[in-house]
Amino acid sequence: MIRFDKVVKRFGDLTVLRELDFHVRPGERVTLIGPSGSGKTTILRLLMTLERVTSGTIDVDGQCLSHMKRGDRLVPADERHLRRIRKKIGMVFQQFNLFPNMNVLRNITEAPVRSLGVPREQAEEKARELLEMVGLADKALEHPSRLSGGQQQRVAIARALAMEPEVLLLDEVTSALDPELVSGVQDLLRDIAHRGDLTLLCVTHEMRFAKDISHRVLMFDQGRIVEDGPPEQIFSEPAHQRTREFLQAVLDA
Amino acid sequence: MTISPCSAELPGTFGEAMPFLCKGAVITLQATLGGSVLAIAIALPVGLMAMSHRGAVRAVARVYMEFFRGTSVLVQLFWLYYAMPILTGFQLDKSFAGILALGLNLGAYGSEVVRGAVRSVSRGQREAAIALNFSPYHRMRYVILPQAFIGMIPPMNNLLIELLKATSLLSVITVADLTYQGRLLVNSGSDQLIVFALLLLIYFLFSYLITLIMRFVEGRAARMVGRDGPQGRPRRAWRSPRPRRPVPSVEIPSVEIPSAETPSVEGAR
Repeated sequence: MIRFDKVVKRFGDLTVLRELDFHVRPGERVTLIGPSGSGKTTILRLLMTLERVTSGTIDVDGQCLSHMKRGDRLVPADERHLRRIRKKIGMVFQQFNLFPNMNVLRNITEAPVRSLGVPREQAEEKARELLEMVGLADKALEHPSRLSGGQQQRVAIARALAMEPEVLLLDEVTSALDPELVSGVQDLLRDIAHRGDLTLLCVTHEMRFAKDISHRVLMFDQGRIVEDGPPEQIFSEPAHQRTREFLQAVLDA
Repeated sequence: MTISPCSAELPGTFGEAMPFLCKGAVITLQATLGGSVLAIAIALPVGLMAMSHRGAVRAVARVYMEFFRGTSVLVQLFWLYYAMPILTGFQLDKSFAGILALGLNLGAYGSEVVRGAVRSVSRGQREAAIALNFSPYHRMRYVILPQAFIGMIPPMNNLLIELLKATSLLSVITVADLTYQGRLLVNSGSDQLIVFALLLLIYFLFSYLITLIMRFVEGRAARMVGRDGPQGRPRRAWRSPRPRRPVPSVEIPSVEIPSAETPSVEGAR
């Protein structure tokens, strides 16, 4: 589903990703862990085309993210190419990023209506189902600013799912929440994850959550993958000193 | 019986001046309105062009903005009204030339306002819109601009007031606006002090009217993005009467006075 091939990302002098290779199968749920600045979030942002690779290639479903074929030549991707790939990918942000100029329902329906051309009525029906699922059926006409952080994040999740992505990217989705709101959002994501079919890439500092939802955990440090394995192994008997140190530090906090 | 403020039956200088000043005020309002519409119609596309990722588009916007901001409205007016006919053989109507000059000039400032407001919308909003696969046009139209709009209003308020005041320059090319009528009255012997005072007052009322309208618009826009309007916290801070503390009572030498009564100044009751 997703393949990174020798991906390098530099911001000015700072190298965030160093020749990164990895592969995610369809339906696989992968958690990225590691100290901050190790490049986890950058991976999600590259996939969402919010950043461009410095070198290397990223394939999504066999299509190259950064370039497209024109005749026999590879040229930098244009907006249409990017939009075709983005269609498969959804993202939930740390800061929710709900649109303050729309109510909850419009936040969820606007993208399907505008970018997929779904009729508004149909989109609203779907949105109400999603709101039901995230437990906010009664908030459809509320303004986002009147919701708690946890509720906003659940709306953001519903909004991402309304586009029916094949891949969902979760970027530290509970980091900006008050501690007592974290579990509600995590429970919801656990449900969504275990429903299957969705490919999940998740950056988190919540190790228990990572263990619950993922098939695979990637440990990052300084733009490289240090360790790659099933959660049971990584969390109980990490092979690398760096992973041990990191887990120690996170669990102590 | 009510007398219209434009009536010739008003006493003394007022009766003499007001009919003319009212006629001029209408022209001033028309020029303001025309200039505003044009300025805003220019500011929006040019402001957006100034942020285009295409260098050529940006360059066109920049040249326009720098040129019209960097030259005097009056000189632009001379060009449009006097020099253009010589160059092109096409004579503009003077009111139209005036509105054009004002619109072009203030439109250049307005473009900067639009650009600033659009850039002030948080990056997260743009990224969320990309993640939801909005097209660049839809991103701008449904996500960014509605949020940028509220930020444009206070600086636009300033610009519209500037524009109102700049309409007085039209009197130079003999458009019969408020200033022109005022000068005419004074030249034909009306009391200078009263006429000039009336000019000040009328301009002020108009500019205040603009502010009131813009406040209203701002309040509506703020509610649409779920924020406090201009009546929000910053203003309430100085508006609300400070609780009157019996401060002076501390200063009063309390030796003679029984201490129990000192704090009970009027305000404290």
